[in-house]
Amino acid sequence: MSFYGLVDGSEKSLVDFLNQLSGVDQVGAESRAAMLATRSIKTTSKKWAIETAISMVDLTTLEGADTPGKVRALCSKAVRPDPTDPTVPSVGAICVYNDMVEVARTHLDAIGGKHVPVAAVSTAFPSGRASMEVKIRDTQDAINAGAAEIDMVIDRGAFLAGKYGLVFDEIVKIREVCGEKAHLKVIFETGELVTYDNVRKASYLAMLAGADFIKTSTGKVAPAATPPVVLVMLEAVRDFYTLTQRRIGVKPAGGIRTTKDAIKQLVLVNETAGPDWLTPQLFRIGASALLNDLLMQRMKMSDGYYASPNYVTID
Amino acid sequence: MTFEYAPAPESRAIVSIKPKYGHFINGSFVAGKKHFPTINPATEEILSHISLGGASDVDKAVAAAQKAYTKTWSKLSGKERGKYLYRIARILQERAREFAVLETLDNGKPIRETRDIDIPLVAAHFFYHAGWADKLDYAGLGHSPKAYGVAGQIIPWNFPLLMLAWKVAPALATGNTVVLKPAETTSLTALLFAEVCQQAELPDGVVNIVTGDGSTGAAIVNHPGIHKIAFTGSTDVGKKIARAIASTDKKATLELGGKGANIVFDDAPVDEAVEGIVNGIFFNQGHVCCAGSRLILQESIADEIIEKLKVRMSKIRVGDPLDKNTDLGAINSKEQLVKIKELSAIGDAEGAERWSPQCNLSDKGFWFAPTIFTGVTQAHRIAQEEIFGPVLSVLTFRTPQEAIDKANNTPFGLSAGIWSEKGSRIFWASQHLKAGVIWANTFNKFDPASPFGGYKESGWGREGGKHGLTAYLKTGKETGSK
Repeated sequence: MSFYGLVDGSEKSLVDFLNQLSGVDQVGAESRAAMLATRSIKTTSKKWAIETAISMVDLTTLEGADTPGKVRALCSKAVRPDPTDPTVPSVGAICVYNDMVEVARTHLDAIGGKHVPVAAVSTAFPSGRASMEVKIRDTQDAINAGAAEIDMVIDRGAFLAGKYGLVFDEIVKIREVCGEKAHLKVIFETGELVTYDNVRKASYLAMLAGADFIKTSTGKVAPAATPPVVLVMLEAVRDFYTLTQRRIGVKPAGGIRTTKDAIKQLVLVNETAGPDWLTPQLFRIGASALLNDLLMQRMKMSDGYYASPNYVTID
Repeated sequence: MTFEYAPAPESRAIVSIKPKYGHFINGSFVAGKKHFPTINPATEEILSHISLGGASDVDKAVAAAQKAYTKTWSKLSGKERGKYLYRIARILQERAREFAVLETLDNGKPIRETRDIDIPLVAAHFFYHAGWADKLDYAGLGHSPKAYGVAGQIIPWNFPLLMLAWKVAPALATGNTVVLKPAETTSLTALLFAEVCQQAELPDGVVNIVTGDGSTGAAIVNHPGIHKIAFTGSTDVGKKIARAIASTDKKATLELGGKGANIVFDDAPVDEAVEGIVNGIFFNQGHVCCAGSRLILQESIADEIIEKLKVRMSKIRVGDPLDKNTDLGAINSKEQLVKIKELSAIGDAEGAERWSPQCNLSDKGFWFAPTIFTGVTQAHRIAQEEIFGPVLSVLTFRTPQEAIDKANNTPFGLSAGIWSEKGSRIFWASQHLKAGVIWANTFNKFDPASPFGGYKESGWGREGGKHGLTAYLKTGKETGSK
């Protein structure tokens, strides 16, 4: 098999490819991200950023205590984030565990939310510790239930042990299962990969294996979507586009709770990968609490004052 | 989709600029005789009128400094001097926003840099030197090092307040008093600093500020009551100062020009190297004596780096210096802009290839787009002469030794940068580079604890750190003690 003509899928070709990538200087990457965090986004650009961020939210609930009722409520919110204002765009997707996919899909369809896809976390999320058979079955289940996006986790143990071929093969197989039916997002759990060099290697590994999106974290491990991690991933998709003419999406997830955090992410996108990535097709933010803050900031911009949190729904 | 950043200007309401300023002598402002305008280089708006100091003003300032040295400052213990420095540092922090806005107005540099770099470093210099004031006996400089007396200090326009801090903080910490002349185009923050001295109740005459032009500076250099000269500026003026004091017993530190080499090896962290290149030459509009104005790239990665550099340069936001999102501000003066244009035209004429991103430059004020010249060789004037603007000359090399040879083949020797992920290569290169400051995998980073200064025509002496203290102290036999 040929993967963009860059590797042949063998362990050796992967190692060769990943080893020729430039290293990431930790201090430099962090200072670049910190500098971009000082961008001051006001008035019209803030309004645009808030609405764009809303359209990019993968509205997520990944709790053991999730109920069908909670998922349905989340779906209503996903379609019409602010029930009093129909000009607010729907979110990017709903992100749930496998067993809730059908509940979400059915309810979304019933309330005029056909355009909102359901994303399922897959491959023994969040740890990834299961056999390949189980992971494949897990993914198939989600797709059968109506998931249009699969958020898979990589085997971090294998990655950290340098078994890049193993990690690559898993992604390739899940990519096959997804076929034309589902977009594939590959989660690295950057809090466990630790170094930016690893984040860059994982990014290329996943992109070569056929990922449509690369995603920072499960949301279960901190630190998650820190600005420098997202910066390194955005550099990777930018350079991968130069190599292959294919644009891969980026999804930071975990730790992005405020409008300020979200706007910082959009600035990172704008000045790193570039404005082409400023669309829900290529940038998503995995979050739960963020949406309410975006809505409250949006209200504040039109009303001129901060409303009580009771003016947005809790789920 | 496009993400345009709406204007986010910092308010200038926090500063109040007087229509006219005098000199600061013996603790109070005294009216000058002649005045000249100081303008905002971003708009050419006249901000105020500054006194043109003459020989009599310098006389008065030196007399005040001498008196303050003899009567008060030399009698204070280091601990007491330190208290004043700490107080000044704290006031500078409290008034940081005011200083940042004023510096941006008068100099043209972006508010992001004055706010995040200049002013915090200014306070840091005072804090750092405050700590030394009572520890000089234990600094390894011998028994009881002694102050020289009155220091004459002449500072440039590129980092007006920061260069003041580099000069005033060590002078006061070591027990000297000061006559300082800010640059002609950027006197306002020095005059605001005079207010800080009053606010800190610094004894009268310890800091005196005489504004003016080159003739005022010459009066300071040639004044017999000055014991030590500290100058930061061009190599030409530095040479004049060296000649002027050659037959006197005046001590001098000179921080002069540079043509810093930024060397990128093929194993460099590419994205961070590109950031470092941008920071090396476009920081402060390239008005930096230690700017990385010569980029020396390993040939095997030259195309990749230049391609990425161009992409990155198109993201540089040029415009209103008071806008918090501006990366590159105005050129400080018309005179400097003319010089940058002339040297760039020479680059064209010598056959180097010029590239700049699309920039909408304002008609008012002094502007120059970020520019790189590729295909530059050692023989080009733009590889040899300091442009002191946002203009980068790009050269290539094939072997590490060639990189070092090219880097050192200059009359200057102020700064250099090395980009490599290989530790042994960094150590090897830094041992062979003849430059006072060498950065590895970063550029244009400053800290008061780190000595700064040059080799060859880049100057004499060091500022900052323990080394910087020695420039203001008589040690050993010089002190007269046995």
